[in-house]
Amino acid sequence: MDLPDAEALCEELARKLRAGATESTGLVGIRTGGAWLAERLHRELKLSTPMGALDISFYRDDFDVAGLHHQVKPSQIPFDVNGRHIVVIDDVLYTGRTVRAAMNELFDYGRPGKIELAALVDRGERQLPIAAQYVGATLSVPAGKLLRLARDERGKFFLRLYDAKPAA
Amino acid sequence: MRNPQLNVDGKLQHLLTIEGLPREVLVHILDTAASFIGVTEREVKKVPLLRGKSVFNLFFEASTRTRTTFEIAAKRLSADVINLNITASSSTKGETLLDTVDNLSAMHADMFVVRHSSSGAAHLIANHVASHVHVINAGDGRHAHPTQGLLDIYTIRHYKKDFTGLSVAIVGDVLHSRVARSLIHALTTLGAPDVRVIGPRTLLPTGVEQLGVSVHHDMREGLAGCDVVVMLRLQSERMKGPLLPSAQEFFKSYGLTPQKLALAKPDAIVMHPGPMNRGVEIDSSVADGPHSVILPQVTFGIAVRMAVMSILAGN
Repeated sequence: MDLPDAEALCEELARKLRAGATESTGLVGIRTGGAWLAERLHRELKLSTPMGALDISFYRDDFDVAGLHHQVKPSQIPFDVNGRHIVVIDDVLYTGRTVRAAMNELFDYGRPGKIELAALVDRGERQLPIAAQYVGATLSVPAGKLLRLARDERGKFFLRLYDAKPAA
Repeated sequence: MRNPQLNVDGKLQHLLTIEGLPREVLVHILDTAASFIGVTEREVKKVPLLRGKSVFNLFFEASTRTRTTFEIAAKRLSADVINLNITASSSTKGETLLDTVDNLSAMHADMFVVRHSSSGAAHLIANHVASHVHVINAGDGRHAHPTQGLLDIYTIRHYKKDFTGLSVAIVGDVLHSRVARSLIHALTTLGAPDVRVIGPRTLLPTGVEQLGVSVHHDMREGLAGCDVVVMLRLQSERMKGPLLPSAQEFFKSYGLTPQKLALAKPDAIVMHPGPMNRGVEIDSSVADGPHSVILPQVTFGIAVRMAVMSILAGN
């Protein structure tokens, strides 16, 4: 299937986010793709609050089935979340389970004032009542396929389609 | 024969000894531990990984630091922790080790953390329990203390970044030390090129060279130019017979003083698994001095034990 240009979607997302973000807004990217995206958006929007990154491996709801992810990286939230407007950023919004895990982790840092969600691609098929406020594009992807953001050696974004591993 | 610590998929099912574990497994544990360090700096110092799981701390031998850090690690992973001090309980009434384990399994234990004065006790339990139960060796006799070895290499990696080109000296009562054995296996697996053991003939096991270490009886010669000094506790409670003239004599030859430490590299770190005998194996001015990383070792130990528990529980 033809995949949209990730660079164009990123510009679109930055344009939408610019309208909703203020100086004190905290961008939080979900590792790995969401953190790349947050880095880029943070630079383009010139926000003064440093960006954060979450590795949700310790909060996943499939730990009993899938075990611990092999390459866990530390989460970093370099600002006080209490009362703050936070935009969680992920590359692809799908079942909503990753976002739930990210929100649970955020609340272990404090009580945010407001959490919004930005995604480069919304592929639908939600399993939880979660919706994104900022979306680059909506796209229908065949079941059994995984859509992810990738980066080439020059840092240019592109989308890739993988075969999902059969459930363990 | 299959490594009894690994399951049919080759994943870590139990942690019994560092000996024979592949390098990737050790690195995975260290990397995961690094991610747990930040958890303890949050408002909520817990993650939900082991929610609903029961961890039984089975201590057949006294311990404060190890038992407490295992308890904290399990609680920060949201597990329910049950501490059993068995010396004061069933075994004095005649119950066998495996009967005790069977009874606790019937209480739906998911993980056992075992310390025992007999080498092989944790292996015995690991071979006995159901396939969904995990066993961590928290020290068995003179054999192994794998989480201590892991927190030691975590500490070394934290301060020295890399193992290539590193000289590590392990000093003192190596003969009775499961800590030394686990650390030697970890260091050689990770490729540390120069591991030295230093001690009197009576406190070094025969054939220790076969583990890939060099042997020194003169501490000044052994410490020359090393990056890491690991002092071992003089295990007087384990010593039977006249292995040593006296603690004072030992300190003269093998106690770490500022003068002896000056022979190591200027940025050398000093480690000790605890509990320390000040004035026996280590001088107070060294233990509390700028080279000492003895207290950070304790803090890192919690993150390392969280990593081991969560990796086991997920496999």
